[in-house]
Amino acid sequence: MIIDMPKTTTTAVDKRLVDLRDEGGAVALGRVLTLVVVADEKDVELAVEAANDASREHPCRVLVVAASDGPADEARLDAQIRVGSDAGASEVVILKTSGPLREQPDAVVMPLLLPDAPIVVWWPREAPEAPSKDPVGRMAQRRVTDSIMAGDPEGMIRTLAENYATGDTDLAWARVTLWRGLIAAAVEQPPFEPVQSVTVEGEPGHTSLDLLAAWLSARLRCPARIVHHEGATAITRVTLERRTGSIVLDRPDSRVVTISETGKPDRRIALPVRKLNEALIEELRRLDPDEIYEEVLTKGLPLVDAEAQKVTA
Amino acid sequence: MRPAKISAEHNPLRDPRDLRLPRIAGPSGLVIFGVTGDLSRKKLMPAVYDLANRGLLPPGFALTGFARRDWEDQDFAKIVHDSVKEHARTPFREATWEQLAEGIRFVQGSFDDDTAFENLRQTVEKLDEERGTGGNHAFYLSVPPGAFPVVVSQLQKHGLSTPQEGSWRRVVIEKPFGHDLESAQELDAVVSEVFDQESVFRIDHYLGKETVQNLLALRFANQMFEPLWNAHYVDHVQITMAEDIGIGGRAGYYDGIGAARDVIQNHLLQLLALVAMEEPVNFDAQALRAEKIKVLSSVRLPRDLGRHTARGQYASAWQGGEKVVGFLEEEGFNPDSTTETFAAVRLDIDNRRWAGVPFYLRTGKRLGRRVTEVAVVFKKAPHLPFESSLASDLGNNALVIRVQPDEGVTLRFGAKVPGTAMEVRDVTMDFGYGHSFTESSPEAYERLILDVLLGDPPLFPTREEVELSWKILDPVIDYWAGKGKPEQYPAGTWGPPSADAMMARDGRSWRRP
Repeated sequence: MIIDMPKTTTTAVDKRLVDLRDEGGAVALGRVLTLVVVADEKDVELAVEAANDASREHPCRVLVVAASDGPADEARLDAQIRVGSDAGASEVVILKTSGPLREQPDAVVMPLLLPDAPIVVWWPREAPEAPSKDPVGRMAQRRVTDSIMAGDPEGMIRTLAENYATGDTDLAWARVTLWRGLIAAAVEQPPFEPVQSVTVEGEPGHTSLDLLAAWLSARLRCPARIVHHEGATAITRVTLERRTGSIVLDRPDSRVVTISETGKPDRRIALPVRKLNEALIEELRRLDPDEIYEEVLTKGLPLVDAEAQKVTA
Repeated sequence: MRPAKISAEHNPLRDPRDLRLPRIAGPSGLVIFGVTGDLSRKKLMPAVYDLANRGLLPPGFALTGFARRDWEDQDFAKIVHDSVKEHARTPFREATWEQLAEGIRFVQGSFDDDTAFENLRQTVEKLDEERGTGGNHAFYLSVPPGAFPVVVSQLQKHGLSTPQEGSWRRVVIEKPFGHDLESAQELDAVVSEVFDQESVFRIDHYLGKETVQNLLALRFANQMFEPLWNAHYVDHVQITMAEDIGIGGRAGYYDGIGAARDVIQNHLLQLLALVAMEEPVNFDAQALRAEKIKVLSSVRLPRDLGRHTARGQYASAWQGGEKVVGFLEEEGFNPDSTTETFAAVRLDIDNRRWAGVPFYLRTGKRLGRRVTEVAVVFKKAPHLPFESSLASDLGNNALVIRVQPDEGVTLRFGAKVPGTAMEVRDVTMDFGYGHSFTESSPEAYERLILDVLLGDPPLFPTREEVELSWKILDPVIDYWAGKGKPEQYPAGTWGPPSADAMMARDGRSWRRP
């Protein structure tokens, strides 16, 4: 069910939500969080779709705040409530702000937050330079950015690193989790040898490469290099060099990884590129600070950048 | 900068704070005996696929089927494919399937056929070479318990049960683990002659269910329930597992087994242990086992079994708009059977926490509806400051943990009825675990198969637990054996009158789940 509420107020929206619950129990029980999406108008549907999928695993109220292109002088709020089959396992409220209200997303969101439940804010494309200082970001326990979708991904992830605050996280990190799992399992097999250097290859602008290289570099205490290939999709190859041979994880077709190791049969496993909804589901699973991400961002990434400079110099 | 050391015990890429990093099983393969069975088609194979789809199986994973059918690898792959398409939880992805299919093998033969086991050994060795399974293999015996000894000894005879240095071999067995203490011990002797205790995984799929694990979260992650979780506040506990179906095609298996052996011995006593045990030191297998064993060994049977147990057989009746046949008239069934299809027992736990709090366990087939739940029923408030007539509708407070279906927790308490009088009546507050979570939460078998491959045993009952359960149940079954035929109850009702009488003697009554 979709209910349009043009030219409205948050009080009216809130009242309507309560009525809906009274009428038909249209609202899922046991919601665990409020997901606030701060999006451009054009990204609203994309964000709602991913959030709906995520809500099936983490029942939540989804509030999408989108600055609208309406007249600049009139403060106006247009809302839309989606429940039932249009809203996954939760309710979705889309709030389009115009005029001076565009600058006040926090005020618009505030009355509609679930009592007591944690708040997660998600910027599906561009994000503030310091998410924790943003008015909406400040309210949230968890601030999710998505550098891969941004105009300048590599620049953005480094700005985020400079401004890191507890609770920040980026979907590029969630996208690389299965790779990390595979690599961790690969070095757990004999021969147990230190890894001497790492190369991560793939798509230019795909910040998962940067984060994976940073993680490996910081954890394995070895130099890590990033190689970009025009036309590649996501991560295409990871090479771990050891004294007696290398471990190569190769994914040329963005579907199947082949693991080749000196002296062992090749092993293959399906590892499709992670979709947005899968990354978001993982992101919402835990709301406590991700200390490993912090380390990767603030310690690992500078290591990788220093290594890259050494190579060019 | 010296590169970080890596050893078998220490992997610098793992960190206890890194909660995202999935635990992917190491190189390994799974061999299923009895692949043509229902369980294998409906649960095991789909679970293997779902694990693969979630990226939790190792690269190069191999699935080998063993059965009598005259199949080639491709025929078996087709069977797996169909069962996955029909029963898997996660969407079908061609890439995942192709990878899985590459590792599917089939070995034809019967259990006493030496050539077949020789073939199996060669298949497994070839998998190590081709797919890199590294000599790690789990053998899943989805076969009748009667076949365990022969399969296990064949595994040993053909060198399949002995791992090479640095690899493992594990065996997975399904309930029933024997039919009484003696047979359980015999069975165990057979298995442990070949595999050591750490390599034997007994599957009780209930323990893989999210709700059952949630029971531990509910009790030990919260402050508000545990203080009430004792004889001061709890009046009694009811643990119910009801099925609305009859024995159907399982007649051959069911005759002589009955509800108590089939369900109480494993599922219900395990649930009882989880509800009643003390807080474990941590959630390691060792610590959990210690607490479960402690509580199971303090379980006491009532002195007069006739007064505190009940059993029955379903009789022909109209069940939910359908005429169903009685147990004794089921096709291919022994019409003089004394096997019970309903069983209820009262158990007491002799420790400080539970002294004087009876645990009532009941299970049955062809009952009112399909439900499994644990109901903790609290004592009445010691004093009600209301006029007694106004609070007469007020029952005991209760906390009900629904295991299936519609997983969740219900809290039952009194609330004021709107109006001028201070009238109080029961209301329920409902947490629907299933409403929104379970759609994408893993099946029990996924969790359990992964745990087998990882060698992680907390969710598997141990030999001692199995033996303790038999010790509890054996006297009841012996007593019933001397008492002739069970009482009949119409299909679709909640059991025989003696079950209600047994509760009435204690001044209590069964909940209608």
